[in-house]
Amino acid sequence: MKKAWVAGILSLVSIFVFSRMSPEFLDWHFLVTNSTTYVEVGLLALGMTFVIVAGQIDLSVASLMALVACLAALLLKKGASIEEVVGFALVAGAFLGYVNGFLVAKLKLPSFLVTLGTLAVYRGMAQAILGPRSVEIPHQFVGIDQVGVAGIPDPVLLFAILAAVTGLLLHQTVFGRWVVATGSNESAARYSGVPTEKVKIAVFVLTGVLAGIGALLMISRLGVARFDLASGQELDAITIVVVGGASIMGGQGSMLGTVLSLCLIDIIKTGMGVANVKLPYQLTVIGILLILAVLAINGSELLARWKSSRTSQQSFKSQPSG
Amino acid sequence: MKKLFLPLIAGALVAGCSPVSSPNSKTTSSTGGDQQIKMVYIAKSSGNPYFNQIESGFKKAAAQFHFEYSTQSPTSADATSQLEIIKDQIQRGVDVIAISPNSPDALDQVLDQARSKGIVVICVDDDLTGNESHRDAAVLPCDTKTVGDSQIALMSKLMGGSGDFAILSATTDAPNQNAWIAEIKSQLATPQYSKLKLVTTVYGNDESQKSATEAEALLTDYPHLKGILSPTSVGLASAAQVLATSGEYPGGPHASTDAIQLTGLSTPNQMKKAVQNGVVASFQLWDPSISGYLAGYLGYMIKEKKLTLSEGGSIEVPNLGTVEDGKNNLIYAGPMLTFDKSNIGNYNF
Repeated sequence: MKKAWVAGILSLVSIFVFSRMSPEFLDWHFLVTNSTTYVEVGLLALGMTFVIVAGQIDLSVASLMALVACLAALLLKKGASIEEVVGFALVAGAFLGYVNGFLVAKLKLPSFLVTLGTLAVYRGMAQAILGPRSVEIPHQFVGIDQVGVAGIPDPVLLFAILAAVTGLLLHQTVFGRWVVATGSNESAARYSGVPTEKVKIAVFVLTGVLAGIGALLMISRLGVARFDLASGQELDAITIVVVGGASIMGGQGSMLGTVLSLCLIDIIKTGMGVANVKLPYQLTVIGILLILAVLAINGSELLARWKSSRTSQQSFKSQPSG
Repeated sequence: MKKLFLPLIAGALVAGCSPVSSPNSKTTSSTGGDQQIKMVYIAKSSGNPYFNQIESGFKKAAAQFHFEYSTQSPTSADATSQLEIIKDQIQRGVDVIAISPNSPDALDQVLDQARSKGIVVICVDDDLTGNESHRDAAVLPCDTKTVGDSQIALMSKLMGGSGDFAILSATTDAPNQNAWIAEIKSQLATPQYSKLKLVTTVYGNDESQKSATEAEALLTDYPHLKGILSPTSVGLASAAQVLATSGEYPGGPHASTDAIQLTGLSTPNQMKKAVQNGVVASFQLWDPSISGYLAGYLGYMIKEKKLTLSEGGSIEVPNLGTVEDGKNNLIYAGPMLTFDKSNIGNYNF
């Protein structure tokens, strides 16, 4: 659980650093409204936490979100009501997630390969449907990021609620324990009665639903849908989850860590943006952060491995003389 | 062991951040005091020499009119990362945002936000077609008439004013290409080009292989052909390779009395070799740095309230001359640059 706080401490440090770098940074209203930009990738990260803790990976999330966004935009343009489109996005997200889960759990294919495939398939379908053009979202559905309660935009509130719900689901329920068990040692979990196949399908479906919600927020925020929305965000989501303390090998991770890590990435990107740091440098810093986080989280194991290899080498060296 | 590791990492990160922070905080404090206008240019993507050329125009304008200029561009050409940059720049307190937009509509909302804060928004090199109300003005390189007229004038000059020539275009439905070709045809009807004859227009679809095949077919189908005009960089490069191989360029190993003069539109970097080998004597393009210079000037003048745009009016620009303020405040930077052996070495884009 302590690993989760690494990102929290780093967030505070970053706030301090960036407020010194540029006077415009420390503006509560700006920071909160600007964080709407990170809500969609945040939702992907919530789902990705379940997937990674269950010992899987989902590379298709951003493509899935773009496909749902494009289809939802077309429905809105055809005159569908907001309720219909919300319902559609949830069902479509769940279905596309289920396809991933089915291929992984039932056909026993590695999730890396399955979702590498659907990454291309979902994005390809979005491009086949829309082509290079963008679909404009009807006026009444645009601008969810412009309304809010007490100065906090609706997407941020929605994210907070979903983070709390998914956090409880992962840490306080039987299902959550099954997810952890499946990720720690799948065969042990299966022999002790955990329905590991169903768990694996469920984490992909959950990720799909969250991506569907993200799709709606995204088209409402941008006012248009295009096939290339959110491109590359699957990697951002994985970065957030790993920096948040989850083990890429499965069985470990916390929702609090993911949320704090999202805050950290948001602060770092926004802070560097306001300080006018060039984007390639921003990417470099985020990359270094990822490697440091992996080192921090697996530090003790790495150290132990290094020590044992050194002692074995020493014993090997001492053999001839002894 | 973990307890020891985490503070170490935190420390390393702070140390890693601070060298970046110190020079930046100095520049903000030194420029924050005076009332200099802050302008940012957001290109379609970073690392593209064409946009570097636009940036050089902005830098020139910044030095001349004394405004603070910086640039920030996404690593890949997508609209959502431009959107995030715009948000950050609004918070940074810029006065002018100049942008080469990656989408004609995805940026509408954030540009409206910027303009509601008094920021002047100018599009450069590409426009928000259909959404012109979300920006103050747009600066595009060259209007159709200038491109068409300059291209046929150059072709005529290279051919000595008479003979058969063909056009190698991109696709049959490319709007720019067709507009230029229409202008070229209307010029051919005037007396000054009466001895020039356009024998055919072929389409290479902007694919190297197809363009090369079309160029080869032109050479065999029209034995008296004296010129090929390719107003697209892919077509021009492919035709240049075909001519280099066949040796039918002026001064080439197989040049007969009617050697083929090849010209068109491209960037200097793509044509350097062909020009140095003598396959292409000269070709044209607009100068992107003029777009940058003009956009920098306009942004500065509009923000300083020294200039109000009025459609149909004309604007006097120092070092550039008069430009017309067109419909929807669309302004063309004009004129065309002609590249040949003598000047191509001076350009890098």
